[in-house]
Amino acid sequence: MAAPAEEAAGSGPGSPSSARRRLSIISGHLRGSPWAPGREGPSPSPCKARGAPAGPASGSIPKKRQELLKWNGWGYNDSKFIFNKKGQAEFTGRRYRLGGMVLPTFKEWIEKTFGASLEHKSTSRASLNVNDVPPSIISEEFLQDLIATKISYSQDAEDRVFRAHGHCLHEIFALREGIFRRIPDIVVWPVCHEDVVKIVELACKHSLCIIPFGGGTSVSSALECPEEEKRTIVSLDTSQMNRILWIDEKNLTACVEAGIVGQDLEKQLAESGFCTGHEPDSMEFSSLGGWVATRASGMKKNIYGNIEDLVIHIKMVTPRGIVEKNCQVPRMSTGPDIHHFIMGSEGTLGVVTEVTVKIRPVPEYQKYGSVVFPNFERGVACLREVAKQRCAPASIRLVDNAQFQFGHALKPQVASIFTSFLDGLKKFYITKFKGFDPNILCVATLLFEGDREKVLQHEKQVYDIATKFGGLAAGEDNGQRGYMLTFVIAYLRDLGLDYYVIGESFETSVPWDRVLDLCRNVKERIVRECKEKGVQFAPFSTCRVTQTYDAGACVYFYFAFNYRGISDPIHVYEQIERAAREEILANGGSLSHHHGGNFSPFLPDLQGKCL
Amino acid sequence: RASSPSPRTPPPVSPLSHSLFVYSQQKELMSKKRDEFEDILEERRVSSDLRYAMKCYAPVIYKGLSPCKPNAIKSAVLQSEQVQYVIKQLAKETGESPDIIQEEAMEILDEMGHSMQLGAVRFFAFTLSKIFKRLFQRVCVNEEGMQRLQQAIQEHPVVLLPSHRSYIDFLMLSYLLYTYDLALPVIAAGIDFLGMKIVGELLRRAGAFFMRRSFGGNRLYWAVFAEYVKTMLRNGYAPIEFFLEGTRSRTAKTLTPKFGLLSIVMEPFFKREVFDTYLVPISISYERILEESLYAYELLGVPKPKESTSGLLKARRILSDNFGTIHIYVGQPVSLRTLASGRINRCPYNLVPRHLPQKPSDDIQEFVSDVAYKMELLQIENMVLRPWVLVAAVLLQNLPAVDFELLIEKTLWLKGLTQTFGGFIEWPDNLCAKKAITSGLALHSNIARLVDGHVVLNDKGAEDGAVGEIIFKRALAVLMCGTYRNQLLNVFVRPSLVVVALQMTRSFRKEEVYSCFSFLRDVFSDEFIFFPGISLKDFEEGCFLLTKCGAIQTTQQEIYPTDKGSVVISFLSAMFRPFMEGYQLIFRYLSKEAKETFTEKQFISGVRNFVFQLLEKGNTQCYEALSSDIQKNALAALVQLGAVKKKKIPCVDLLEIKPVAARL
Repeated sequence: MAAPAEEAAGSGPGSPSSARRRLSIISGHLRGSPWAPGREGPSPSPCKARGAPAGPASGSIPKKRQELLKWNGWGYNDSKFIFNKKGQAEFTGRRYRLGGMVLPTFKEWIEKTFGASLEHKSTSRASLNVNDVPPSIISEEFLQDLIATKISYSQDAEDRVFRAHGHCLHEIFALREGIFRRIPDIVVWPVCHEDVVKIVELACKHSLCIIPFGGGTSVSSALECPEEEKRTIVSLDTSQMNRILWIDEKNLTACVEAGIVGQDLEKQLAESGFCTGHEPDSMEFSSLGGWVATRASGMKKNIYGNIEDLVIHIKMVTPRGIVEKNCQVPRMSTGPDIHHFIMGSEGTLGVVTEVTVKIRPVPEYQKYGSVVFPNFERGVACLREVAKQRCAPASIRLVDNAQFQFGHALKPQVASIFTSFLDGLKKFYITKFKGFDPNILCVATLLFEGDREKVLQHEKQVYDIATKFGGLAAGEDNGQRGYMLTFVIAYLRDLGLDYYVIGESFETSVPWDRVLDLCRNVKERIVRECKEKGVQFAPFSTCRVTQTYDAGACVYFYFAFNYRGISDPIHVYEQIERAAREEILANGGSLSHHHGGNFSPFLPDLQGKCL
Repeated sequence: RASSPSPRTPPPVSPLSHSLFVYSQQKELMSKKRDEFEDILEERRVSSDLRYAMKCYAPVIYKGLSPCKPNAIKSAVLQSEQVQYVIKQLAKETGESPDIIQEEAMEILDEMGHSMQLGAVRFFAFTLSKIFKRLFQRVCVNEEGMQRLQQAIQEHPVVLLPSHRSYIDFLMLSYLLYTYDLALPVIAAGIDFLGMKIVGELLRRAGAFFMRRSFGGNRLYWAVFAEYVKTMLRNGYAPIEFFLEGTRSRTAKTLTPKFGLLSIVMEPFFKREVFDTYLVPISISYERILEESLYAYELLGVPKPKESTSGLLKARRILSDNFGTIHIYVGQPVSLRTLASGRINRCPYNLVPRHLPQKPSDDIQEFVSDVAYKMELLQIENMVLRPWVLVAAVLLQNLPAVDFELLIEKTLWLKGLTQTFGGFIEWPDNLCAKKAITSGLALHSNIARLVDGHVVLNDKGAEDGAVGEIIFKRALAVLMCGTYRNQLLNVFVRPSLVVVALQMTRSFRKEEVYSCFSFLRDVFSDEFIFFPGISLKDFEEGCFLLTKCGAIQTTQQEIYPTDKGSVVISFLSAMFRPFMEGYQLIFRYLSKEAKETFTEKQFISGVRNFVFQLLEKGNTQCYEALSSDIQKNALAALVQLGAVKKKKIPCVDLLEIKPVAARL
């Protein structure tokens, strides 16, 4: 299972681990050309990226991440929730549909839900204090060797701090209020596979450790540097390895460098009329290599599959050589699939450099939709039926009532009287005419994709099923807003942090028959734990069924609370999250569906004793 | 004694799974604070019963309640995956058509199911008001307990676990909940009630559901019954009430728990179909038990009359009798989730679909058993002890007669000792000892009376008649009196067994005393209630209490009786002498008289004759050995200790091991 990050690739050659032993055996089966330190790598083709002109890289994310992205929070510098002079919530920037819009009911929702008050602010440090940053410890010999490779690097404090964390709550909290005790000593920017081979070789030679860094969106603490690590820590930033190497239209595959972020990948494929269809909520910032390393799942997996279904070939550099298959085929049966130990290894076994993924023609037509159900039970029953009939649209999600109200609170000010009139009418129809209780009803959001005719046909099929479960079609707009929410939720956490509200999400995979019990029990457990831990105001504890499968579903929880009056909020938060995870396990759920993570405290419970 | 942890620290989640239970037990021993009582009949005596019966009744209900009618529950049960699965299984195995089996299931449900109706409830509210007012002086309830219960009912499904001494128990409890405007419970009742015309149906409408006495082999019955109970629990339909003891205790001594129903009501939590379940121990104590003489006859082998309506009508003469006060103490609701935390780490139910019948794993079974004992110990702890209980205990040690003044003196002394040991004494209205005892004697004039300044057992008719007749009458009186003394036993058992062990070993070495104590505890494991597997803790608690009352002194290695402790020591050992002697007689019978193999019936009549003969010859004074209760408990203990082997029903096989008998 996911070992902590200190087992990162390139750890000293003198410390053999069983993982590496297994790896060498398996890699021996593969190409028969183990690459030994000190010898030239097996891939003799020169790196085309090397000669590329310096300056802004072709990717969306620059080497100096801080120029574009927040240093102490989520996403772009220019995009954030603020309270404007009138005290109304507003989302800044022009990058999102919500950008520049005023959200009139949001403030009230926050105050009501969290008991938070705008008067009580908990502001972050304004900027990073470079003097607080642990010094870079690095040997002169290594530096000389590194310079000789001409690979770009930096020992700058900011660069190093920004690669010392992912986006777990405790990491962001540490950025805002404190500092990490241990951070990478140096950041390197390889531009191609060969660069990575060289870096790993140097790491072996000088006994350093490497922590691969892709989009930096990890929520599994995989980027955290172990405090007790005495060796030099190299952060290997793959962001400059972001080219599509080739597209094979006959087989519908594309070979892509692992550092490319989701939005660039889709943008560039779209230029040729293709897409991967892999859309995790973090796709603006997360990278292909990261998806592979964490067994990622995308919102449209019903059509395109999860990462394990998408991947055709992986190239990974390990301290003992390169791991890759000898062909790019849809399936093979020569022993265990090596992809399956790479996926989910979270950078502990090697650095993923190149990935061949399946591609599809960009769909002709896309349509959002939504269905209101009288209660969560009916909604789950409907999703189960949809899964049973195997007619799930590209995406189908069911949010509980709390999350429905949350989404509602993010409704922008409507432009015209006409729209507000229509909204009122809709509300009247659902609550008064159909008798849905606004405090119980829940909403499923839908996304259909494909050619126009099939989409419309598909849509009808799904709505027909929904009707059988008491569902009412509630329009495209509600659906679209539901999906927008998942992109801005991370920005919301930063807003919360400004007002003593901390929150996080976690998810699980669960058999169908246990979905309802699990959702109810986990939410209740959170509320109870908060009370016991002295949290003064009832927490926000909500869930959605976010993916459907034949045998079960993925359930996603949001959980946030107002921590005023608590001296060690992060510790309290972690205790509560741990309790919630225990509850998930007791209810027959898994620890994670797609976030991954370091779950060693739970391991004895998770696997048979022989592991 | 090891110092117990500060009460504030939460119980550690340790592999020593019992710690949670034990610590809380000890903690409660230290600082027992109990609620005040309130008489609910007081109001009834001054206002209209009819209006009371017709009052607006709108109880608070469980927050997750999905409202439904009794018939809807039945059909939900019938259609449930659980029952359907078993039906299909049985159809496959027997070749019977599923429809026929389904019909059978429906019949079981019809026989079993309650059909609670407000009308019947009101009828009971009215008639019970009338009856209770005639039978009882007061019915006292701890109101705080009722408030806690009201809170609990709204939060999670609730299981009411009252002690069982009388048929009055469940009538009284429903009556009580109605009075406090709480949701009426559905009650697991023995199927024998259905034998009573009209009454059976009335009880059904008041919320009773009926279970067969034994259905171990019948899978369909088990499936339907379990699902019926669980459906009501999951839906939060109503609090579920049953008796851990399984049947009325004929001796007023708590019976060892039965686990079947308890494990059924715990299962929805194990499977996480509910977030939590509250278990509420309820202690119902009677100043005078309605069935006292019936029980005594039954214990002596005169069979219990079948439940019948005509029998009930005949019993109405008791309406002119006075049965004193009832105390009902509704204990703190115990969260099953809290009990289970740290105990059951890996949910064994994750790997099998939840509707499949599954034998509980060993650790679940152990947990269920622990919870059952824990609940019974909580019942015992809050059982009210009346002065008469103390009188009975003193009287039985001073047969045939005791000077009245001496009785008062000793009763007062025993009161102090009982309180030291944590007993819950309710002294009536701060009466002086003499008045309290006189009123106790008046209430129990059928058991004892005052003759020439001496209190004697009331064994009327014993003077004349044959020897056998005299012994029988005397035994009746002793057993009835014993019923009251028995209420003290579970409070006294730990220190008393230490005392007995001290006397038996004739050594002061702690180790030896403990080993003897531990042996006695095993021998009496069916006689008294011990939390399983904590022999050492029990021993320490016994020693602690004895030290507290100055009867012994302990060092690291040794235990000494003190000079002034001799009174306590001899009293305690005398208190348990009937049991020591009774068991010895039974073992003697087994080693000398019994055949190699015998049935339980043969054993009981054998022991009875054996003891009877000894009593006739004057070779023993242990009348209590005639009680079938002691006889059965002794046999069960021997089976557990491996001295007697049980073969498949209906035969009980015997293999005597002499050293065991010799040791006592």
